[in-house]
Amino acid sequence: AVTPREAAVDVMKDLQGHYGWLTDEGVVEAAEILGLSPLQVEELATFYEMIYRRPVGKKVIHLCDSISCWAMGCETLMEHMAKRLGVEPGGTTADGIFTLLPCSCLGNCGNGPAMMLGDNMYEKLTPDEADKILEIERRKTGESPA
Amino acid sequence: MEQVLFRHNKPGRPVTFAEYCAEGGFAALKKALAEMSPDDVQQAVIDSGMRGRGGAGFPTGRKWSFVPRNLPGPRYLICNCDEMEPGTYKDRVLLEKNPYLLVEGMILTAYAIGVEHAFIFIRRGYETPAANLRRAITEAHEAGFLGKNILGSGISVELDLHLSAGRYICGEETALMNALEGRRANPRSKPPFPAIKGLWESPTVVNNVETLSNVPFIISHGPTRFKELAKLPEASGMKLFCISGHVNNTVCVELPLGMTLGEIIDGPCGGMLPGRKFKGCIPGGAATPYLTADHLNLPMDFDTVAGVGSRLGTGGIVVFDTDTCMVGATLNLTRFFAHESCGWCTPCREGLPYVREILTRIEAGRGVPEDIDILAEHAKYLNYAFCALAPGATGPIEALLRLFEDELREHITKKCCPFRR
Ligand SMILES: Cc1cc2nc3c(=O)[nH]c(=O)nc-3n(C[C@H](O)[C@H](O)[C@H](O)COP(=O)(O)O)c2cc1C
Ligand code: SF4
Ligand code: FES
Repeated sequence: AVTPREAAVDVMKDLQGHYGWLTDEGVVEAAEILGLSPLQVEELATFYEMIYRRPVGKKVIHLCDSISCWAMGCETLMEHMAKRLGVEPGGTTADGIFTLLPCSCLGNCGNGPAMMLGDNMYEKLTPDEADKILEIERRKTGESPA
Repeated sequence: MEQVLFRHNKPGRPVTFAEYCAEGGFAALKKALAEMSPDDVQQAVIDSGMRGRGGAGFPTGRKWSFVPRNLPGPRYLICNCDEMEPGTYKDRVLLEKNPYLLVEGMILTAYAIGVEHAFIFIRRGYETPAANLRRAITEAHEAGFLGKNILGSGISVELDLHLSAGRYICGEETALMNALEGRRANPRSKPPFPAIKGLWESPTVVNNVETLSNVPFIISHGPTRFKELAKLPEASGMKLFCISGHVNNTVCVELPLGMTLGEIIDGPCGGMLPGRKFKGCIPGGAATPYLTADHLNLPMDFDTVAGVGSRLGTGGIVVFDTDTCMVGATLNLTRFFAHESCGWCTPCREGLPYVREILTRIEAGRGVPEDIDILAEHAKYLNYAFCALAPGATGPIEALLRLFEDELREHITKKCCPFRR
């Protein structure tokens, strides 16, 4: 590293890992660590797809809606998952477990529709498989099925 | 078929450092440090005729030659591994199989242009490539290929990783430099070009993962050998193609430049999915205008694809069957570009949502004939933008109007999308 502010993304990711999302407190703390003003951190925080400046569920689902996944039916999958979770795209389930977000190309275009859930990548997803994955992930959090 | 980037690949796992070295890895670095001056390395890359693999196809050696030679102060090299162009996943596959080519290629490039500190900028979601690179960098350090006084040559190079958090514009080279510095990733004005004033105001070269990974072969086997791997006399080298969409095998393969589109689809891709017919494709990532069945005999190289009004781009081919609605596809692509607009300049920030709305209307069966003229005119305005994102976004729009006007008109006259059942 050449300058402290180079670490901005790493610092924001770590604070997000700690709080679950990048809270107002988190922004102030990041600013102190990086020697920036909170506004300068805000400018960065709002720029990136994977930095959450609003509360999210315990697990964030990023479902790719770019062209290759579109060709393989990601629109149907998004509708299915939204219905299954009972949220609009962008929303968080009532139990606070899942947030469902459409996202840009995940670099897994040959295996569409592709999805990232937390740090895990899922490929060639069908609605049935998506249901199973949601069930497994929900169980991991120790909550009972919705 | 001779492979350059995939020659060390092992099935189902990355190649190890020991295997890479045993199969001739780091021979190019040893050769360059022992027998070649930095200018010789640069000249070899110029002679190879290699063009950048990041999308724009700029000659790599020429780009390096713009870096001033005798200025005091640091110079930087950045490897662009943002790879967020929809339809493109070649850099990920390459780094999952072999991170050492990139490490060796970057040390050679740093030597050629006098760089002591180089960076690899990696997108979010590429944690496996990042882990592979971290390991490769440590191993290269331990073997004396990185760090101070490499192999006793007096040359020093450090290599750092920078992990991003997801935003397409970070792949634009000047935006990338802002992102790396920890600033909001809006593009910078050009001129001054990065080769003169780049990262921290110092001369900087930005190259793609695949571009840099080809450098060791050019040095170890010679520029002529590299050039002659291509299938056309004007072309140079091999290219990674990553295919997605309606084919049997959606693979990432290394092929000679100049193979035809049809040969790629029928060969490594195993043809179209059962019962499907080829309608068209995006040849090289979201920003490249469509090709159609008329282009199946087109050799895939930079100049040949440019000759029919498109671009080779990244080599990310997205194949569409005859049931695909091209208005829908263009709407999807425009939505992507509008979403990823960084908001800095008006033609892009305001223009792309406007075009998206028109396409949404047409796709929903609410279009009017005048919309087609508005689209055509507006696609031109997008070219007045500050960076190449918005001009790239016109690619699919312009191609929709040029190649699929009948489909557009059918949406308008039938007042619905003819492909939705
Ligand atoms: C919006 C936008 C996104 C880009 N994304 C990438 C990218 O992810 N990877 C890349 O190598 N080049 C990308 N480029 C091209 C780079 O600006 C630059 O031309 C390239 O990294 C140069 O490498 P090359 O000469 O080796 O091709 C992008 C360009 C634009 C305008
Ligand atoms: S063209 Fe778009 S991405 Fe590029 S500077 Fe303008 S607003 Fe930003
Ligand atoms: S288009 Fe979905 S992963 Fe690339």
